[in-house]
Amino acid sequence: MVASTIMARANHKLSDFAVSDDELALLEALCTGLPLDPRPYNVLGARLGMSEAGVISALESLIERNIIRRFGVVVQHRRLGYTANAMVVWDIPDEMVDEIGRRMGEFDFVTLCYQRPRRLPDWPYNLFCMVHGAKREIVLSQVRELADKLGINDIPNEVLFSNRQFKQRGARYTNGEKR
Amino acid sequence: MFETDKKLLNDFQRDFPLVPRPFAEIGRSLGISEGEVLEDFTRHIENKTISRIGAVVRPGTVGVSTLAAMKVPQEKLIEIAKIVSSFDEVNHNYEREHSFNLWFVITAPNESRLQEVLAEIENKTGITPMNLPMEHDYHLDLGFKLKW
Repeated sequence: MVASTIMARANHKLSDFAVSDDELALLEALCTGLPLDPRPYNVLGARLGMSEAGVISALESLIERNIIRRFGVVVQHRRLGYTANAMVVWDIPDEMVDEIGRRMGEFDFVTLCYQRPRRLPDWPYNLFCMVHGAKREIVLSQVRELADKLGINDIPNEVLFSNRQFKQRGARYTNGEKR
Repeated sequence: MFETDKKLLNDFQRDFPLVPRPFAEIGRSLGISEGEVLEDFTRHIENKTISRIGAVVRPGTVGVSTLAAMKVPQEKLIEIAKIVSSFDEVNHNYEREHSFNLWFVITAPNESRLQEVLAEIENKTGITPMNLPMEHDYHLDLGFKLKW
């Protein structure tokens, strides 16, 4: 299997992001979730031909290198009553997007904040954030709060509420290839 | 929901114990047994209140991913959503209220496979997906703080 695509990020050396085949197999095995067994790392290890201690230290290393940025319970917002989920998109002038994006990402009700390319003329928006709430009105008031506090009230935005969820699961990395 | 249940969902979204018996350690911190922790997590996964205990990988570090959107005629939405979801590489797929009404995330081992999936989706649905790869990530994921 070829090494996966690597991208350097601020504050990390390129080598930090090199993922070994063992690590990739471990991430793949984790896609369906940690086994619900008293010794889950041992079960994972048995599947992958690694020791329990080897699995634990590989996970520690992936977290340390910021490849895994969060390891734990992944909740389903909708099933917990957070049924209003909006992707809010903004057309921020290019020279302001880094500063606005960084500040937007710090609000506790913002769960994702990404810069993405515009696709003119269909799509003029370059900054995307995700806001979850129990009700639409709450989400909308949070969007107003964002615009007020960041001073971007005059900047075009759209709020895209989600309706049906057709699929949600962890990402796959190896395209089903068997090692 | 019981207090311990709330804690199970809220307090272990990050820094899940990396020890041989993590569920026993969680049980100790909540004053319940390892067996009860396992039962509770199993129930939450069956109920789909949690989707899994797992790793959230930083985008762009392992494999490649993108967000894509399509404008789908309302009467064909379910049919086309099914085609999109049928790809293993598609991990999230949502309807949103907009003329771009179907939004999905594709994750693939490399850029060429990603482009192939986009092309296959276009072939099978007759609709060109708008490809919106991430250029910059401004959010530090600390999990989702539940307000009970």
